[in-house]
Amino acid sequence: MNTKSVSKIENHVKHLNNAWETGVGVQPLTVLDPDLTIDEAYAVQLHTIDQQVKSGQRITGKKIGLTSKAMQDMLGVGEPDYGHLLDGMAYENDGKIPFHRVLQPKVEGEIAFILKEDLVGPDVTALDVLQATDAVVPALEVVDSRIKDWKITLADTVADNASSGLYVLGENPKKITDIEIKQLGMVLYKNNQLQNTGVGAAALGDPAKCVAWLANKLATYDITLKAGEVILSGALSAAIEAQPGDHFYAKFAELGEVHVTFTE
Amino acid sequence: MDKDLIKELADYVHNAEKEKQEIIKITTERYPELSIEEAYLVQEELVQQKLDAGYKIIGPKMGITSEAKMKQMDVDDPIYGYVFDNMVVNEGDTISISDYIHPKVEPEIGFILDRDLEGPNVTALDVLRATEYVFPAIEIIDSRYENFNFTLPDVIADNTSAAGAVFGTNLKRPESLELDVVGVTLSINGKVESLGAGAAVLEHPANSIARLANMLSKKGEKVKAGQPILSGGITAAVRLAPGDFVNAKYGGLGDVSFFVKE
Repeated sequence: MNTKSVSKIENHVKHLNNAWETGVGVQPLTVLDPDLTIDEAYAVQLHTIDQQVKSGQRITGKKIGLTSKAMQDMLGVGEPDYGHLLDGMAYENDGKIPFHRVLQPKVEGEIAFILKEDLVGPDVTALDVLQATDAVVPALEVVDSRIKDWKITLADTVADNASSGLYVLGENPKKITDIEIKQLGMVLYKNNQLQNTGVGAAALGDPAKCVAWLANKLATYDITLKAGEVILSGALSAAIEAQPGDHFYAKFAELGEVHVTFTE
Repeated sequence: MDKDLIKELADYVHNAEKEKQEIIKITTERYPELSIEEAYLVQEELVQQKLDAGYKIIGPKMGITSEAKMKQMDVDDPIYGYVFDNMVVNEGDTISISDYIHPKVEPEIGFILDRDLEGPNVTALDVLRATEYVFPAIEIIDSRYENFNFTLPDVIADNTSAAGAVFGTNLKRPESLELDVVGVTLSINGKVESLGAGAAVLEHPANSIARLANMLSKKGEKVKAGQPILSGGITAAVRLAPGDFVNAKYGGLGDVSFFVKE
């Protein structure tokens, strides 16, 4: 990248960071810069993550987004995207999230993979993923957008760390051999009201396929999925908006439940 | 509502079913004030006509069992109808699209009770205690009304769109599964068309059977042991076309499939 594009990336990073500083969503990057490419958007994401790592945060894993046909159709794209997970984004099961930690959060139920071996693309298959997986756990992902009113295009969400917010893991790890991951059912409740149901296959037909996609996508940026990393493999149902006071939980076949509450 | 009108309306929907010809819903013009209670009287007459013609009831089926559908129809109760022997399709068989008007399919969890359940006040726990087996099933629905366009009383009068049932043979004891988180995918020719989990049916499919027992008790009837009961669609219904290979998979309950020809 030349100097001009480096300063453009830095400006975009600053623009998005304004949302954290002011607590208010900002204009989409693609409105300021209609020509923003997906590669540039990933550069904005990586630059932001570098800043956070330099300020003391640790990368704990990755998340895969846009894994459902419905979400892909909505943004007019044919493949998922990904973002980084940092230790500051993790909340304990049954934990409380102060609402000032988020801007416009939504909650999704997902299956998280915990790796025991590095996964190096290209040519990683779903079978490779299963062999490299130590365990799977139930997870709630709190997606959040720094773009005002979630008015995002693909480039906007990619630059914004794939709209990652926070995540909560359940504490019931299961070996991949003990579950039927594609047919694993899930039900999501908000304040004890059923919101929606889903199944493993909602994530590109197979959550392990999503992780394989990620490993291969990362290879193009010379990034490797490392042993010990947590991979959120994609939402099993539509994201549900959260307000202060809301309690969410997802119940999964075989994997049990994971809970979180938003406080004032 | 007099007997002649009940018979006229039952004939109206029954003929549509027999001739495989869609009709305009009852409440558009024929009888706009049709109430839910009256609609069940029409359904009873329709059921009697089928019994008189020599068909046998296989078991009851539930409809409008999802929160989304109940909201859409602005009702608090699910509805029920009956599957007849001529509607049963064997697993792996081929159906002819020409035997239907505009058929759709929904994956469901089936129940077989080992004792009768009599309402009121039947709970999901009572249902699970009385359940001998659960099994995977696909229901074929085929509203006799144009474009599946109906009000709640219309669809009740039409035997809740009942047209076919494919019962899987993978029987499981109810305690071996958490029925609310049985994950279900419905695929046509290998492509996932809709999906969900058991909780899409009234938060737990056993709630659906409890509601059936409690609704039937108002007529002095009960849910009978030994009959396969369809508890309600877990995913959105998908329209069928000739050439389709329909496969529904259920976490822990195996799968069910059949074919569709012209």
